[in-house]
Amino acid sequence: MKKANFVEIEGRSAGYLALLGFLGIFILAALGSSFYMEHNGHHVTGMTNQIVWGMPHVFAVFLIVAASGALNIASISSVFNKTAYKPLARLSGLLAISLLLGGLMVLVLDLGRPDRLIIAMTRYNFRSIFAWNMILYNGFFLIVGIYLWTMMQRSLNKYTHYAGFAAFIWRLTLTTGTGSIFGFLVARQAYDSAIMAPMFVIMSFSFGLAIFLLVLLAAYNWTHRPLGDVIFNTLKNLLGVFVAAVLYFVIVQHLTNIYMAKDSGVEAFILLNGGIYTKLFWIGQILLGSLVPLALLYHPTWGKSRTLVGVAAMLVIIGGMAQMYVIIIGGQAYPLSLFPGMEVQSSFFDGVVNHYAPSLSEIMLGLGGMATAMITVVLAIKILRFLPESLADEVVDPQHS
Amino acid sequence: MSHIESSKNAALTRRKFLGSAMATTAGLTIAPGVLLFRAAQAKPAAQAVTSKVRWGLLIDNTKCSTGCDDCVTACKTVHKLEGHNRPETDVQWIRKLTVTDKQTGHVMSLPMMCQHCGNPPCVDVCPTGASFKRADGIVLVDRHICIGCRYCMMACPYKARSFEHEVVHDQSVSAPRGKGTVESCTLCVYRVDHGKIPACVEACNEAKHGAMLFGDLNDPESEISKRLTKYGGKEIRADLGLNTGVRYQGI
Repeated sequence: MKKANFVEIEGRSAGYLALLGFLGIFILAALGSSFYMEHNGHHVTGMTNQIVWGMPHVFAVFLIVAASGALNIASISSVFNKTAYKPLARLSGLLAISLLLGGLMVLVLDLGRPDRLIIAMTRYNFRSIFAWNMILYNGFFLIVGIYLWTMMQRSLNKYTHYAGFAAFIWRLTLTTGTGSIFGFLVARQAYDSAIMAPMFVIMSFSFGLAIFLLVLLAAYNWTHRPLGDVIFNTLKNLLGVFVAAVLYFVIVQHLTNIYMAKDSGVEAFILLNGGIYTKLFWIGQILLGSLVPLALLYHPTWGKSRTLVGVAAMLVIIGGMAQMYVIIIGGQAYPLSLFPGMEVQSSFFDGVVNHYAPSLSEIMLGLGGMATAMITVVLAIKILRFLPESLADEVVDPQHS
Repeated sequence: MSHIESSKNAALTRRKFLGSAMATTAGLTIAPGVLLFRAAQAKPAAQAVTSKVRWGLLIDNTKCSTGCDDCVTACKTVHKLEGHNRPETDVQWIRKLTVTDKQTGHVMSLPMMCQHCGNPPCVDVCPTGASFKRADGIVLVDRHICIGCRYCMMACPYKARSFEHEVVHDQSVSAPRGKGTVESCTLCVYRVDHGKIPACVEACNEAKHGAMLFGDLNDPESEISKRLTKYGGKEIRADLGLNTGVRYQGI
């Protein structure tokens, strides 16, 4: 096995600059959208007093969850000592930080008062899982930053295992915290469940790896560096396992709720008669986001095609966004149960399914978060040595002759 | 002698008269303050809020009629909660609910506002501590440190909170508000601190409905406590264990 040789990408081609420009346009659009929303007030968005969290939160939570999942590859190499993953560990750490940055940008720019970010960073209510998350997010940057440092400076390599272990525990805690933002909400029937935390952890594995695979494919294709079948197939199979695991958690979550008479209404809403939410669940999340990717990844011939595996990863991301939409928006669209078993009416939309149509500014802000994550990666791999020159089989596989 | 005595008596009578006149004057001057204090237990401005008091509301549903929204109007007027004709984003601090029992067809009408929970979920989830409960049980939002994340709105089981979606013009001095922050019923804290009752209760009383009663839940001698002891009172979503400060009769 040859030692992986990390080299910056050249980053001078027209394609590279075009990519920067393309991502830059989305980031500018996001900043413009945020200014527009903050200047006029949130009434210009699709969010209301009924649907208080909208499209920005779908993007932000997705990115934050994917961020901790993207770190998985590094964890497998440093914590579980799988040497095949070692050349990928730096990119894994970089992608994790970048995705978190993009997600937090969306979350912060959607606040009613983003100018008060300093308050959020200096005043903590320790009973709030949201406050804990802020500490977890900031800590994630720090710990993963140190982890990357121990990987990239040779004299510190001996500490990589410990830093990797700390990062691994931290990322599990972080996603548990993100899931608990919903799990701790006693008021809303669609959330209010301990399964949210572990389900979000496993969702992070799946979404993070799907993004990692696409970034890897793009980076190696566009820079014409070799990417061998050994590492590619390993990652592909791992993605299949994670997609199946998410599906398992989703089935358990809904079966449990269906069984309880008090939650049958909200379950019927999501699974049967919820209009857009039912469609997004069955077509977006289950069919396109789970079953089709599983078929593509495990099919004996399709699974060998890099294009089709790339399509599968893309579908996992689309399915993940659909899942976030169903959880976050669908969970609020279903009315609160003020008087269980009774019909409630008011001038404040009590007892009715709440309407939500995302505005362009919300969508642009979300896409800008994704673009921010990507531009961070694109710039970082030009400046520092994140990518191995080659991921050919003889570099990756210890047994390869 | 008799003359002396009679003049003594006259002097005594004059002294008596002066004494009682002074006492009456003093009484008339001090009494309203004392009585007011006893009636509404106004808190001197320099005195900190104390947990000896727990302010609460009792709503008698049998007296609350369908179609009447005097309490809602009063709240909107005193707090200057003007809408922008955008019902989905306009704020509502108090609203009337019509509740129909699907099995029996029985219909109830009742006001719904912040329930001033003893264990408020909005306070638990607020990341900065902007959402807080005063020692006397009133749940408020500190509009200076609210970052507008709306997590409290996700957490409130009563849909009692509104996000200010637009620029606020012509605010009430007693109820400062601001675009991008969350707000809800304050139990008219600025009135309560001056010994007055909340505007909604006052409006309900003035209209002779008498469906709302405000008082100290901790004081066994208060009217609200006596009524609760005698007739009982229910919490909405009592199953959540939030120990609400607003109780309902006849639901």
